[in-house]
Amino acid sequence: MPVVMARTRFMAQAERFEVDPLSGLIRCGGKTLGMDELQWDTPTHGTVYGVLMNYRGAVEALNTIGGESSAPPRAPLLFVKPANTWIAYGDAIPVPEDVDCVEAGAALGIVMGKTACRVAAVDALNFVAGYTIVNDVCEPHRRYDRPATRQRCRDGFCAIGPWIMPKQSVPSPDSLTLRVLVNGKPSAENTTANMVRSVATLIADVTEFMTLSDGDVLHTGVPEDAPRISAGDRVRIEIDGIGALENRVVAERELMTGGSR
Amino acid sequence: MKRARVAYLGAVHDAVEEEGRLRLADGRLVSESAVVWLPPLPETPRPRTIFAVEINYTDYAKELAFKAPDEPLVFVKGPSTLIGHRAETRRPADATYMHYACELAVVIGKTTRRVTRTDAYEYVLGYTVANDYMVRDYLENYYSPNLRAASRDACTPLGPWLVDAGDVRDPMNLRLRTLINGAITQQGSTRDMVFDIRFLIAYLSAFMTLFCGDVILTGTPDGLVGVHDGDEVVTEIDGIGSLRNTIVGESSITYASGSRSG
Repeated sequence: MPVVMARTRFMAQAERFEVDPLSGLIRCGGKTLGMDELQWDTPTHGTVYGVLMNYRGAVEALNTIGGESSAPPRAPLLFVKPANTWIAYGDAIPVPEDVDCVEAGAALGIVMGKTACRVAAVDALNFVAGYTIVNDVCEPHRRYDRPATRQRCRDGFCAIGPWIMPKQSVPSPDSLTLRVLVNGKPSAENTTANMVRSVATLIADVTEFMTLSDGDVLHTGVPEDAPRISAGDRVRIEIDGIGALENRVVAERELMTGGSR
Repeated sequence: MKRARVAYLGAVHDAVEEEGRLRLADGRLVSESAVVWLPPLPETPRPRTIFAVEINYTDYAKELAFKAPDEPLVFVKGPSTLIGHRAETRRPADATYMHYACELAVVIGKTTRRVTRTDAYEYVLGYTVANDYMVRDYLENYYSPNLRAASRDACTPLGPWLVDAGDVRDPMNLRLRTLINGAITQQGSTRDMVFDIRFLIAYLSAFMTLFCGDVILTGTPDGLVGVHDGDEVVTEIDGIGSLRNTIVGESSITYASGSRSG
C-alpha cells in the first residue's frame, strides 16, 4: 500500500499513513481504520491557486457562451482560493441561501515541495512533492468578463484532501482519470490528458511571473460540465492513483461557523 | 501610532515612528535608510487574503468610458506580490504598458463575518499605502484581471507604515498622489471612491470570513501613466505615508547561468 502524507485535526504536523487509495482503508500504528474514523485536516496550509480554462472542453464551452474565437488564454489564468474557503475530507460544503445549487469542480492539486521561481518545464517536477484532490466549488454564473470572487471564494468553497500522494507513486500525472459521484451515482468523468497545459508546462508558465512556495497547491483546472450539487447530497471526487475526496453538502444556515482558519 | 516591520542588523524588528526615525522595540533609534522595509502587516497563521478592487473611483471609471460597476470588481492576489518600502520592482522586457496605481490599503484587525456598514470600521486594524502595479499587455479576455497582469512577484509595494485606525479621523477624505522622478502624475481623493471602505468590508464579509492581517486595496483614481526602467515612483497618501519604489529592467538583473532567462 502506498504511503501518503496527511494531517488530522489536533496534530501539529503532517504524518505518514499507509493507505489503499480508493477503498480508503488506512493502516497506522498497527491498526486498520476507515476514512470516517479520523478527523481530517487539509493536507497542507500553503496558498491555493487554481487555473481557469485549462481543459479543452472548458475553453470550448466558455466560447460557446461568450461568442469569442476558440482560443485558449495566452498564459495560465490563475485565481486564489483563500483560506476562508478551505475545508477537509468529510466537512460540509455550504450552499448559500441565495442559490439553489453549486458546482462541484473536480481538480488535480499539485502540491509544491520546494520554492519554484522561473522554473523550466523539464525541471518542473523536481519542485513537486505530490498530488492531492481539490473540489473547487463555484456558484453557477454567466459573466466571464470580471473576476468571479463572489462565486468562487465563499466560506467552505474549497475541499482539499484527503492526503498528498507522493509524486513517485503518480508516474503519469497528465493521464489521470477524474470521476465525480453524487450520492454514489457517476455524474462526470474526464482525464488530465485533456488539459491545455500539462503539469510541467503549467508550473513553468506560472513560475515565470509568480513564485510558488513549499506547501502551495496549484490545481490544474476544472473540466467542463461540472455537476451541480445541492443540500443533502454527498459528493465524491476520485482521481485514479491518488484517492477519493468526499464531502457532504449542507444548507449554509445549518452550519454554525463559516471560515476554517 | 505608525508601525513598521523592518530588517536591521541581521534580525527582523517591529518598530514605530518617532521624530522621523524608527524606534525599535528595544529603544534603539535608527534612520529610515538604515533598514530594509518589509510590508507592515501582522503575521497570520494561514496565508493572508489580499483583495484588490478595480475601477473604484468615479473619475477613473469615466476615463475608461465605463459605467461605474453595480457591484465591486474584486479579485484576490497571491502573497508573493507584496514587497516593502524602498524596494525594487522588475519591469518585464516585453511590456509596453506597465503602470502604477496609488491605493489606500485597509488592514483587517479581527475575524469579520457578516458585519453591517455601520459596524465595519470596528474591524479595521489600520491603513497603509499600496502601489498596485499592473502590466496591461498581459490582460486576457476572461475573468480580468488575471494574476499574470496583476499579481506578479514583487509588483505590489506596501508601506512604509501601518497607521492605527484610531489615528485616521476620516479615511474617506484623504488626498493621494503619485510622483514619477519627482513630478506629480496622479492626484485624487479617497472621497471619490465608488464603493467606500465600509461598503467593501460589509460586501466581502457577507460571503467570506475576513481575518486579522487580510488586506483590501481599495482602487485608484485616474491619472495612470506608464513606468520605465530606472523610474523612481512615489505613491503617497496624506497622513498615511509616502511609499517609494524603483523600477528595474530585466537587462540590469544578473541571473545565475542555467536559470530560465525570462
